[in-house]
Amino acid sequence: MGELKQVRTDAEAALIAAWDRAPAQADWRKAAFARFAMAGLPHRRIESWHYTDLRGLLRTALPTRAPDSAAVEGARARLAALRIGAATRLVVLDGAFRPDLSDMDALPEGVAVQSLAAALVADDIVSLLAPKGLGDDDSIVALNAAMMQDGVVVRIAPGAVVERNIALVTLMSGGAPHAAFVRSLVDVGAGARARIVEIADSPVAEIQSHDALVLRVGEGAELEHVAHVGYEGAGAMQLHSLLATLQRDATFNSFCLVADGGLVRRQIFAHLDGERATLGLRGLSLLRGREHADTTLVVDHALPYGVSREFYRHILDGEATGVYQGQVCVRQHAQKTDGAMKSQALVLAEGAAMYNKPELEIFADDVVCGHGATVGQLDEDQIFYLQARGLPRAEAEALLLEAFANEAIDFVTDETLRDIFAQEAREWLARRVAERRP
Amino acid sequence: MLEIRNLAVKLADEDKQIINGLSLTVKNGEVAAIMGPNGSGKSTLSYVVSGKEDYEVTGGDILIDGESVLEMDATERANNGLFLAFQYPIEIPGVATMTFLKAALNAQARARGEKELQTPEFMKRVREAAKKLGIDQDMLKRPLNVGFSGGEKKRMEILQMALLQPKLAILDETDSGLDIDALRIVADGVNALRAPDRAILVITHYQRLLDYIKPDTVHVMARGRIVKTGGPELALELEKHGYRDFVGEAA
Repeated sequence: MGELKQVRTDAEAALIAAWDRAPAQADWRKAAFARFAMAGLPHRRIESWHYTDLRGLLRTALPTRAPDSAAVEGARARLAALRIGAATRLVVLDGAFRPDLSDMDALPEGVAVQSLAAALVADDIVSLLAPKGLGDDDSIVALNAAMMQDGVVVRIAPGAVVERNIALVTLMSGGAPHAAFVRSLVDVGAGARARIVEIADSPVAEIQSHDALVLRVGEGAELEHVAHVGYEGAGAMQLHSLLATLQRDATFNSFCLVADGGLVRRQIFAHLDGERATLGLRGLSLLRGREHADTTLVVDHALPYGVSREFYRHILDGEATGVYQGQVCVRQHAQKTDGAMKSQALVLAEGAAMYNKPELEIFADDVVCGHGATVGQLDEDQIFYLQARGLPRAEAEALLLEAFANEAIDFVTDETLRDIFAQEAREWLARRVAERRP
Repeated sequence: MLEIRNLAVKLADEDKQIINGLSLTVKNGEVAAIMGPNGSGKSTLSYVVSGKEDYEVTGGDILIDGESVLEMDATERANNGLFLAFQYPIEIPGVATMTFLKAALNAQARARGEKELQTPEFMKRVREAAKKLGIDQDMLKRPLNVGFSGGEKKRMEILQMALLQPKLAILDETDSGLDIDALRIVADGVNALRAPDRAILVITHYQRLLDYIKPDTVHVMARGRIVKTGGPELALELEKHGYRDFVGEAA
């Protein structure tokens, strides 16, 4: 008699396959944790974190927490109130992807969504989740890899043109202070087109949010990313890493509004990994009180004919601190690279501070690259001109500040989102005028 | 009506006297011209009357309709009916011209306790005034003065003046940078605002503008004061002989 062949159900086969693959991701996460444990929290002697001394700023590490049913209902209510325009919403609550809160039954054609946890079991996606050379030596990126609870994996099929915005919504539930670790992936197939909107919200101020978003923009694909970073409240902390890889002829534009949020560190690692890739990184930060927001970019031009644009504006009031560090590296092979970086800040109060650090490292000899950084106050000649037409000084200032903000917001191509952001900027400025009134 | 009495002005953060005992009156219904060489203090005078803070008044007084304006900031002076057409209109990136015009008209209406204009009425007024000055709709949508040619900027100043209907208008070198066609349009715009209850002060370096805006009186300014006052014929005389005699007189 021949040997009996054991018949496996699909589920058994999947579980066994998952076990076979587990060591790869377990090794990755273990190694990431080891890197974090070795380096510890970044501090001022780590150059890329010089102006955001996390070791000094982060006094306690909050625990993670699973939401109860009341928290889920609360999240549902807040979801309805979010200002993000029409979008397919994919919701992460307290670190876990929630299909029940997401628009899973209305996914646009060509868009596949699963939880990170499920994707890790089903596929070997470690190489996608941890693209080589992007934030390898950053201990916060490592900490995220080691501790990530869950996230969303969005795959956009090659050639798909997704008209409806896809919103990645990261919610924290109320109650006791807590933390979440989220890593999400958006993989845009060759020639596809999509827009991702990212927004965070929490009903309580005391939270710690560790986020990583990994993007791969395939050959000839176009991705726009519009983010609203920062939780309201002085006790909130958000560490957000964006790891983006652009393949040949890919276009990736990202805009980020930082308004409110006690401590925000937003770091972008972008790799132009194919010829003729186009990258645009832009943002506006509105900071007051004792808020601290740090935007740090590392743009790596590896291949020829790449284009990159960085454009950041800050408005700083009170005792707020703004940080912009932009590092653009043009490697030896990346001939004909066209790069332009601009960072402009308006400092409205004596107690506020802006640190601007643009850096170009160019190893190719046939490139056009430039940068400009300014920190200043409102232009007195402009204020006088407006006053000479009858506008009170406070109103003249508000008009100029709104214009300064809107020139950044104008980079958002989606009209609804642009209006939402412009409205937020207006509200922020109105609060400023109201608070200064005796 | 504008009255300047024995005015003395220095730079706020420098010990440099720019205006020395200047006296001048421009009555309602009058168009007065101030002519003078470069560096005589003409533009400073326009800024000081308008309330720019880079200067310090060390003596004398400025009165509009009999009321001293020295304690008023630029906003209050504007809301009291003063208008300065800038020699170099300021570019305001990010503020659409239409938005700016509305903000200015509303601010002045509020300051005077009048009702703000409704949008359709506002649009109508702007369109009518713009048409007369050859300003197209597209320009009104662009950020204020950004990328405008010299002539466009000057026409935009006159448009603002036409909409704000000031009691006292000071035009600082409005002719500079204008070709002859633009000059005619701008001058027509100013002439249209001549009125019995309005005083207009035209500051210019050249007589050319005065061919189109006929002044009632001409004052010659040199070294920070008025050194001669006369009728329109004085401008022609200056054109012939230059400022040399007056600079000498003032010294």
